[in-house]
Amino acid sequence: MGDFWLPEAASTMAPEVDSLFNFVTVVSAILLVGVVAAMLWFTYRYRRQDPAERPAPVKESKVLEISWIVIPTILVLLVFNWGFKSFVKQKTVPENAYEIQVQARSWAWTFEYPNGVTTDTLYVPANEPVKTTMSSQDVLHSFFVPAFRVKQDVLPNRYTSVWFEATEEGTYDLFCTEYCGRNHSEMDATVKVVSRDRFDEWLESAGTPDDIPLPRLGERLYTQQGCQGCHSLDGSDMVGPTWQGLYGKTDHQMADGSTITVDANYLRESILESGAKLVEGYQNVMPSYSNLSEREVTGLVEFIKEQSDKEPSQE
Amino acid sequence: MSTTTQDAPVEQGEHDSDDTNYLNHETTIWSWLSTKDHKRIGVLYCVSLALVFLVAGVLALFMRAELSAPGETIMNNDTYNQVFTMHGILMVFLFLVPSIPAILGNFVLPLQIGAKDVAFPKLNLASWYVYMAGAALTITALLAGGVDTGWTFYTPYSSTTGGGVLWMTAAIFVAGFASIFTGLNFIVTIHKMRAPGMTWNRLPLFVWGMYATSIVQVLATPVIGITMVLLILERVLQIGIFDPALGGDPVLFQHFFWFYSHPAVYIMILPAFGILSELIATFSRSRIFGYRAIALSSVAIAMLGFLVWGHHMFVSGQSAISSIVFSLITYLIGIPSGIKVFNWVATLYKGSIWLQTPMLYALSFLFLFTIGGFTGIMVGVLAVDVHLHDTYYVVSHFHYVMMGGSVVALLGGMHYWWPKITGRMYNETLGKIAAGLVFVGFNLTFFPQLVLGSRGMPRRYATYAERFTELHQLSTYGSWILGAGLFLILGYALHSLAYGEKAPANPWGATTLEWTNVAAVPIHHNFERTPLVTRGPYDFHLADEVFGGGDGKALGDETPRIPEPAPSAPTEEDAKESAGA
Repeated sequence: MGDFWLPEAASTMAPEVDSLFNFVTVVSAILLVGVVAAMLWFTYRYRRQDPAERPAPVKESKVLEISWIVIPTILVLLVFNWGFKSFVKQKTVPENAYEIQVQARSWAWTFEYPNGVTTDTLYVPANEPVKTTMSSQDVLHSFFVPAFRVKQDVLPNRYTSVWFEATEEGTYDLFCTEYCGRNHSEMDATVKVVSRDRFDEWLESAGTPDDIPLPRLGERLYTQQGCQGCHSLDGSDMVGPTWQGLYGKTDHQMADGSTITVDANYLRESILESGAKLVEGYQNVMPSYSNLSEREVTGLVEFIKEQSDKEPSQE
Repeated sequence: MSTTTQDAPVEQGEHDSDDTNYLNHETTIWSWLSTKDHKRIGVLYCVSLALVFLVAGVLALFMRAELSAPGETIMNNDTYNQVFTMHGILMVFLFLVPSIPAILGNFVLPLQIGAKDVAFPKLNLASWYVYMAGAALTITALLAGGVDTGWTFYTPYSSTTGGGVLWMTAAIFVAGFASIFTGLNFIVTIHKMRAPGMTWNRLPLFVWGMYATSIVQVLATPVIGITMVLLILERVLQIGIFDPALGGDPVLFQHFFWFYSHPAVYIMILPAFGILSELIATFSRSRIFGYRAIALSSVAIAMLGFLVWGHHMFVSGQSAISSIVFSLITYLIGIPSGIKVFNWVATLYKGSIWLQTPMLYALSFLFLFTIGGFTGIMVGVLAVDVHLHDTYYVVSHFHYVMMGGSVVALLGGMHYWWPKITGRMYNETLGKIAAGLVFVGFNLTFFPQLVLGSRGMPRRYATYAERFTELHQLSTYGSWILGAGLFLILGYALHSLAYGEKAPANPWGATTLEWTNVAAVPIHHNFERTPLVTRGPYDFHLADEVFGGGDGKALGDETPRIPEPAPSAPTEEDAKESAGA
């Protein structure tokens, strides 16, 4: 039932909130069915059969009336208490929480890490508590990650914070849930949960993009831009061709029957305009990466070169 | 003619009233615009509010059309933001808050307590004019560039965005006075103008509902007025109250806003509870089970309603302790609401249930309001609300309460009192079809929104993620069915005005004074003689004047039935005589 009502659960808090949600839903459904069944049964059983009917008044029952005061009171206090305990957990930040600064403005999010790296995608390490300290540069916004079951308004005049501990590596949505004007509905961001090792690796390399060698920049972009989702480095076949031994290949078979030699210009064209030369056996599904800077494209090309020991023949 | 009496002079009066009633004793436009008759003011309000509901409802259909696909379909983001804002403002401030008190309260309340009018008839007329002034300011706001703040006007966005925000806040300030006037009038009327024998324990539950509502109207409405004035002062004079750029606090605005707007929820739902009690009693012909519990739970809700505003702010940045206290009190308010539902269902037990259109709405209400109540419990759970706040779950919850509760009760009440207001019957078959369309359409529109919300779809989004598409489309289809049902009602209501069958004085066999002691179309002063009340409002077993002396051969429901009058109260001369003796 939780799968129908609730999104994927990817934080330590989520199962707790979900079981409370499911409990209230089930109890409500049972009571609703009871009320509606009684209503429909009475409506049928005591339907008017003669316009002159004047039923004798029903004597009121103290026991009945007291019972439907006392039982709901017990139920709601139970639910209150449960919700209260979980709320205290939500509000109590673990002491060792990793801290990320969040700045909101109309209509974008910026995340800043302790070493000064800033991104527009929220990277968090899995399986450890993370605390966000949030502020807004203009109007109210709200930080909402459905998969983590966390939400907190972001204010312009003081800091607010949430904490969560992501349990599943993956990619999740972050929404703004406090109405903030024209592009409120487009003020979203991506949350990427990665292992602590990969997080550290990313954080270290993310800090100094200008001075790292081109192939290392390309290596960083390979994971950061999501290339690894479709292109393997070990020769295995994924959504796109593997990069192992790609560079310098002389008989690269195209969908239109021609063959080409894989050189730097072909790679560059494929990154910026992937559909221009479609490889035989693959779908034209790769988005354009024309948003990459000149240096980043070159970095990627250099990284791809490293994956091959071949050189294209000079013509 | 509905009343027969024993003495000759009144029979003369009876003859007169065959021809004249409140609708035709004067017919000029000016006689309507200057009327101090509570019934005519109710009709004026009815026409104005029907227009507002039509406009706000069509806006809702446009919103649903825009949301039929993830990206932009029929309007851009700015337009969508204005449309949902106007839908909310019109529905809440200019339709739901005044709706039941101003239309049915005005028309029915004095009739039900055996009064000739409300306590302050001129104030009552002023209320309508003030309301119309609010409506005029709303139109000005639209001409000045529209409003895109949402109906909640959260600062600092509302302090900075352009357009007609100032005009709109002024409109809400002004329209608030219409609400205060009505509330004040009803409190005094209920205290001072009840007919002899109409004790507090014999008040129809609609009157109790209106009484509780009026308390909230008088006590809470000034707060929204002050808040709107502060917002205007901040924008015009740059005094820092809510805008942090000027040194204000945006969360303070939320406290002020919800201090009114949460009680306003009870302004909308308490009168609906009142209507429901009338419908359930009349159409099951049984005494309301737990009359006192229902009457007093309304008053309890009105009081507790002032103490729960912070449950709108669990994730706003208010302190955790405040949130915990507000959550606890919120649960206390769930209990009286539950008591009412159980009592209404128990009233059906061993009754004689007649499924006419108003009763269909009453049964729909029981289903829809119960869902609205349970989802309210859900969003009151602190830890769960953190996830659900500002998602479609909340949108769906308050539509189940506001539309499934208030509007459905209003529709039931309008069908129930339609014969008394217009003197004509509506088409019963079409009425039942429309009630079915509204019920099915409503659920198809709003149930998918519950699921959308719990899956994480935020509210006030002009565009949305692909994975929410199917549920949004279901909701849009539902809105068409719901719209069809409501337009059908509009159609047969207009038809009934011109061609409807003439209504008898008491078509439902009801036992409250507006049916037993008032002509089919009430006369200008309501009653031929002040009624003397000798039994409770739902004592069907004692209501021999309705059912013909308890011989078991009462007239059929198809037959126009002329009730005997309840015994009249002694005239002033009689009183003097007995005082002298």
